[in-house]
Amino acid sequence: MRTIANTRSVSGVPTARLAVWWVIASEIVIFGGILMSYLMHRLAHGLWADYASHTTTWVGALNTFVLLTSSLSAVLAHKCAVNGDGPGAAKRLLITSAGGLIFIVVKSFEWTYEISHGYTITTNTFWSFYYTAAGLHALHVIAGVVIMLIVAAAAKKGRDLHRVEIIGIYWHFVDLVWIFLFPLLYIAK
Amino acid sequence: MAETISTHASHDEHHDPSFIWKYVFSTDHKMIAKQYMFTGMAMGLIGAFMAYAFRMQLAFPGMDVPLFGLVTPAVYNSLVTNHGTIMIFWVAMPVLIAAFGNFLIPLMLGCDDMVFPRLNMLSYWIFLLSAVVLLTSFFVPGGAFGGAWTAYPPLSAKAEYSLTPLGSSIWVVAVGLEFIAFLLGGINFVTTAMNSRAPGMRLYDIPIVVWMIVIASILFMASVGPLLAGAAMLFMDQQVGTAFFDPNKGGDPILWQHLFWFFGHPEVYVVLLPALGITADVICTFSRKKLFAYRTVLMTTFATGVLSFTVWAHHQFVAGIDPRMANIFTITTLLISVPIAELCFVYIATLYGGSISLTTPMLWALSFIATFLIGGVTGIFLGASGADIYMHDTYFVLAHFHYTFYPIAIIGTFAGFTYWFPKMFGKMMDERLGKIHFWGSIIPFNAIFIPLFYLGVAGQHRRIFDFSNYPELATPEMQAIRIFATVSLLVMLAFQFVFFYNCIKSWMSTEKAPDNPWKANTLEWVAPTPPPHGNFKELPTVYRGPYEFSHPDRDEDYWPQNEPA
Repeated sequence: MRTIANTRSVSGVPTARLAVWWVIASEIVIFGGILMSYLMHRLAHGLWADYASHTTTWVGALNTFVLLTSSLSAVLAHKCAVNGDGPGAAKRLLITSAGGLIFIVVKSFEWTYEISHGYTITTNTFWSFYYTAAGLHALHVIAGVVIMLIVAAAAKKGRDLHRVEIIGIYWHFVDLVWIFLFPLLYIAK
Repeated sequence: MAETISTHASHDEHHDPSFIWKYVFSTDHKMIAKQYMFTGMAMGLIGAFMAYAFRMQLAFPGMDVPLFGLVTPAVYNSLVTNHGTIMIFWVAMPVLIAAFGNFLIPLMLGCDDMVFPRLNMLSYWIFLLSAVVLLTSFFVPGGAFGGAWTAYPPLSAKAEYSLTPLGSSIWVVAVGLEFIAFLLGGINFVTTAMNSRAPGMRLYDIPIVVWMIVIASILFMASVGPLLAGAAMLFMDQQVGTAFFDPNKGGDPILWQHLFWFFGHPEVYVVLLPALGITADVICTFSRKKLFAYRTVLMTTFATGVLSFTVWAHHQFVAGIDPRMANIFTITTLLISVPIAELCFVYIATLYGGSISLTTPMLWALSFIATFLIGGVTGIFLGASGADIYMHDTYFVLAHFHYTFYPIAIIGTFAGFTYWFPKMFGKMMDERLGKIHFWGSIIPFNAIFIPLFYLGVAGQHRRIFDFSNYPELATPEMQAIRIFATVSLLVMLAFQFVFFYNCIKSWMSTEKAPDNPWKANTLEWVAPTPPPHGNFKELPTVYRGPYEFSHPDRDEDYWPQNEPA
């Protein structure tokens, strides 16, 4: 069911793209709030550098690499969609979803290791922020993968190809959040 | 032309959906607006009942309150907390933004529905779920959360302090769900306004009320994020055992206050702006004049929106923030009264020289300016950190914010409701009953809260459940004033039955309202009454601004936006 309102484009930007930008705008302040809170604490507590030294930088770096690489195939999927190649777009979106899944799997092993070594969400406020911020981000990765699979399934049949771009924009945003989280939680020690 | 044809086609497809699809799982913006309106009003009745119970306790301590029972200290705390929470998040927000926004945005912009009707339905259902979740907290062991609607930790974070182990977490979850509902709604509103205006409608042809609701939605989206993060953190402090807000374990309770008020102060403007917009439209129609300085109003509103992000710490002057920071926030707080005062002047300038008809909606709109003025002026005292240290947490603060929120949530709502009732329900309301209800609400309202200003300056603290234990606050004079305020509340509540009787009587009436009873210009009056699915017989094209009243080149004193020159 599509309303006439949905088919209009007075601003010149397609409605779906406009809406996803507003979604991202509201998400920026959610992550902004949590990261600002973390930063204010971090600046006030020199000790947190010691706590942060227990995070595993190379695992974070691996996940950064996986997530950023997965965005490449999202861009290629958009290119296919623009050319009307639905199955091609679906295939490339599947590669991106696989990247998201690898990210989650790596994170599961990383967290299991940390929790089994006594660094849990209640150990101290640094670890609380670590699990909360990264956990909120991981939820966004999972949501992104689920939506991407739905979009890919439709794209395979050549339907709703404009959505390939929308999920791509969202995926880039999820990447961008991680680009902030990685140095704040892993590199700054 | 293509659009017109496709609307006709869609009319033929959509007829007679079954009851459940028409009234319950509706994607039609007008039905969703009504769902929001009635849910909000039902929550308003619950919130008002709570006010009744705790005001009775304050006037007659230890009394077995009729229809309620004994108000124990714990119950008193739950009642005041949830009264505040409900009135702001479950009454002002759904009625002013969601109900009026849903009803007016597509109609006033000349389109058939929102851009995302199913998202719209989802928004309402999440909202309804949040309301149900909040109300369940009254029935769990320990009772509903009682740590004030601002939920400051450590009181809200630790069950051994709040004594509501489940109630406080349910409160956080309900508030979080409510925010998500309004984020979804807001995205829909802003996108619809940006992309789906009728052909010919430029930015400056949009009715002010739509602008205000859209700006309010943007303010909400830009401010609620940190509090959503904060709500997640508070929930984990309560249930998982983290210590974000616990200073003993390296957390910081003031952080919550920053996260809460960074949202909480813009939130005042989130609900104020739609009420201001409704008032603007009503005043123009009933003074038959163009809105004075349309573009200035718009720029002023933008300025208010930006400034509203810089004032939040004026809620924390006594929370131990740096006095130098308090100076900065005093200045920004006093600055924000300038644009709001300007809007009041603009509205008075619009009235000046107009041919004013004192209909019920107009009475509400005029009283909005008068009462909000008192709310704004008393805010100056509280915004100045020096005076605030004395007044903080007294009934002066309480009376001040009721003088802002009552005009917003109650007066603004009634102005809009009585003005758009003919379009929403297809019947005219009874003017005589409407005026009885107006005077029966506005006089007791002032009689409740003007005495409370006095009590506040006399030192009466906000959070005391029984004043008889405080000799300096339990004087017979002060108690007499408390009783006077409570009796005024009873009178005000009694007059609301006039309103409900008027609604039912008008709704049952067989006489249909004309399409444009007030002879107004905006597009919703072009649609049939009540508007069918798809809204317009033929989607309109816009030729001029929304307030072309008493134009010299025209015989009639109004000029609908869709009429070609």
